[in-house]
Amino acid sequence: MSNLKFFTNGLIKENPTFVLVLGTCPTLAVTTAAMNGLGMGAATTFVLVFSNVLIAMLKNFIPDKVRIAAFIVVIATFVTIVDLVMKAFTPDLYKTLGIFIPLIVVNCIILGRAEAFAQKNKVFPALLDGLGMGLGFTLAITLLASVRELLGNGSVFDISLVSENAKTILIFILPPGAFITYGYMIAVVNRLKAKYNL
Amino acid sequence: MILQNMGKKIESNLKNMILSLALISLAASAALGMVYNLTKGPIEQASKAKEVSAITEVLPKFDNDPTASSKTTDGLTLYTGSQADQPVGTAIKTFTEKGFSGRFSLMVGFMPDGTIHNISVLDQKETPGLGAKMKEDKFKNQFVGKNPGAFKLLVKKDGGDVDAITAATISSRAYCDAVQKAYDLWKAQLTDGSSNTSAADSLKGVNQ
Repeated sequence: MSNLKFFTNGLIKENPTFVLVLGTCPTLAVTTAAMNGLGMGAATTFVLVFSNVLIAMLKNFIPDKVRIAAFIVVIATFVTIVDLVMKAFTPDLYKTLGIFIPLIVVNCIILGRAEAFAQKNKVFPALLDGLGMGLGFTLAITLLASVRELLGNGSVFDISLVSENAKTILIFILPPGAFITYGYMIAVVNRLKAKYNL
Repeated sequence: MILQNMGKKIESNLKNMILSLALISLAASAALGMVYNLTKGPIEQASKAKEVSAITEVLPKFDNDPTASSKTTDGLTLYTGSQADQPVGTAIKTFTEKGFSGRFSLMVGFMPDGTIHNISVLDQKETPGLGAKMKEDKFKNQFVGKNPGAFKLLVKKDGGDVDAITAATISSRAYCDAVQKAYDLWKAQLTDGSSNTSAADSLKGVNQ
């Protein structure tokens, strides 16, 4: 049961987006529509889980002085796999996420977890940590993207909730809206965490 | 090697570092080669399927394979659709660099007389809710059935005939730019006379 906390850790207590504030580049850039957030989250989770597992497996085989280089090779491999698979099977989503898929390589959540967790732990906890962090990230950016899509475009997951000619608050799907929404959401999460002592 | 060292971390000496990085890179390249081979087919199919479905959308019914006889000039690709060997129209894949978020591309279908049959947005990164509205019928339909010879492909602000998307003038201008490029190519291939000669002959009067 003690393994469970490795999983839940990433969901709320150390949520990579709202608490650790890592990987903000994709968080701010792709969250214009809920579907993009979900796709980005899924791709990142895949990379995070597999790189965590592989690095935990190889940790004794990687000399300390070249560990970062080795981690980057492992991470870049999985990112390229995701890139090719998405290009083949979800071409539309791939087009929308564009450059941000290859940029998962430099997402600090992934290198951060490899450095801070996977290389010091066994394979199973590393798997749970990757899964927890990945889902935490997915949840956070999907939520952020839903709020932005709802306020800025009047829809959630492309399902329109307002009439065609309704005026929406456009700034929320423009870059400033990302910062505004992100800021308020961090505040709300901090408040809730303090209140319920999470 | 891995098994021998289980339990304790290997030393950071030169031999170990080189060996470790070399083996990891080797395994990574092998894995990538495999994935590349597996996805190569589906990636090609996906991009071809997208092209064909866009051509189908912008041209009247045709029964040939337009992708078989495509011609590319200056980054614009020209596809000719024909039904029972009679040309029914020309689809032109066009692009613009003037979008709000850079390049986007359109597929424009021309009837043999130069009127626009339909337009389809291939890929775009314009702002959702603003420029991305160019995908919607409301904006697109003003081009359908118009001949750019008489319909000025500029937004009304610039003295043209196109109603721009509210708050997305730059995207609208870029869209017109792309359609104009397609029309210029369509006109150029008429005078070339290399393809579509019969259609071209019957139409000289219309376009002058």
